[in-house]
Amino acid sequence: MTARPRTRALALAGAAALTMALTACASEAGNGDTAAPAEDPGAEAPAAGDFPEGSTMAELAEAGEVTIGTKFDQPGFGLLNPSTNTPEGFDVEIAKIIAAELGIDEDGITWTETVSANREPFIQEGRVDYVVATYTINDERKEIIDFAGPYYIAGQDIMVAAGNPLGIEGPEDLAGTTTCSVEGSTPAENIRTNYPDAELTLFDVYSKCAEALKNGQVDSVTTDNVILLGLVAQDPEAFELVENPFTEEPYGIGLAKGDDDFRTFINDVLEASFEDGRWAEAWDATAGQFAETPEPPQVDRY
Amino acid sequence: MQAILENRELFWSGFVTTLSLSVVAALLAFVLGTLLAAFRVSPFPPLQGLAVVYVEAVRNTPLTVVWFFMVFALPLLGLGLPTFFIAGVLALGLYTAAFVCEAVRSGINAVSAGQAEAARAIGLTFTQTLRFVVLPQALRTVVPPLGNQWIALTKNSSIGAAFAITEITAVAQRLSNTNPAQVVQIFLGAALAYLAITLTSGGLLGVLERRVAVLR
Repeated sequence: MTARPRTRALALAGAAALTMALTACASEAGNGDTAAPAEDPGAEAPAAGDFPEGSTMAELAEAGEVTIGTKFDQPGFGLLNPSTNTPEGFDVEIAKIIAAELGIDEDGITWTETVSANREPFIQEGRVDYVVATYTINDERKEIIDFAGPYYIAGQDIMVAAGNPLGIEGPEDLAGTTTCSVEGSTPAENIRTNYPDAELTLFDVYSKCAEALKNGQVDSVTTDNVILLGLVAQDPEAFELVENPFTEEPYGIGLAKGDDDFRTFINDVLEASFEDGRWAEAWDATAGQFAETPEPPQVDRY
Repeated sequence: MQAILENRELFWSGFVTTLSLSVVAALLAFVLGTLLAAFRVSPFPPLQGLAVVYVEAVRNTPLTVVWFFMVFALPLLGLGLPTFFIAGVLALGLYTAAFVCEAVRSGINAVSAGQAEAARAIGLTFTQTLRFVVLPQALRTVVPPLGNQWIALTKNSSIGAAFAITEITAVAQRLSNTNPAQVVQIFLGAALAYLAITLTSGGLLGVLERRVAVLR
């Protein structure tokens, strides 16, 4: 199971190194008076000079370093690998695709753990350059930060004990049972508002919800399907997914409010990656182990 | 502050939960801690040993680990607790008891040996000596350190937010998600709620300390 993604990662790293070597040659050759090649973010060699002066892209490309916020506890999307001390998952791969377009390789990336409650403050304080952390786009958040993407549409679903002893098929069946989620999360708010007959048990991380479900302290766990799939994948004998998503959660990339150039740049990169297969490749290597490859979403350039 | 005012009922219920969790846990910690201190000074080695092992094991374990044990390990041993609130009371109470024991023991050591000798000379048993002569004097001297333990316990109760208790920190997290623009104000409000508890009790403890002070 692990061998395949690792080989891929190596192959990707190799490809990246090759690209950079080519880049070096290309930019030297480009020092002459030949016209600049046509805009094509997928293939063109990224360098600081390629970006408008003073833009976030130019600054980051010049520094060769970027600080990215992601989750460290979400299998398939952002999960810290203790042996390498770096996170792994779909969010991480998306973040790397954007960094690569800035000419920054993995060594130039500083990963910062962002949990649900501190994503906006970290962006506002400039402690991270952008956040890829199963981050649902919504209007309240758009008031203080901006979102590129979406790069994925998740949906809230329900995880039950294997065999589904209570026969829970959808959110209506949660009435009179205890369901577990994370305090301060969008799925918890949704249950509280739209399915008030369900009793909520709220921890700080989903791994505790899984443990509580295993112990019989709660009847189900509810949050975005991809997070639940990660939990099922960790213990397929104890859990199963209802597979009846009842919301649409567009995952976006959070960045500083008002940085429209950077937002447009990330949206361009995302669209290019949808087209040229890097997006699907990132999915297959990570969350694709638990779910089929979905259709890429439509980027929302608001 | 607007988010807090709009959700004042929720905020208030979180405050009440923090307060009740802390008070019940503190009562448990005080009773168990005093009992453990009595064990430590008892003439019966197995009881002394029991108290030493308890204090060293519990005070050297992070509270989060103790709490995790109460919530997730006990059910595996077939000893699941009925509610997460009770698990929280036990985690906080059993943890703080170790520190209370040490505070009370220091108070016992502060009572001069002549007092216990005189008590024994007039025929009091160990239990009687402790109950009528030593502990009343010891407890008077340990009001300040016990006050510290109470304040620490109140703030430690915020770990309950991570273990399914909707206390003031959990409420702050919930409100900060629905009002991302007011995160700082919301957590400032939570901090003020803790201050309301600790500053008030600090004042009361000061009064108590003066009332019961041993005149020397």
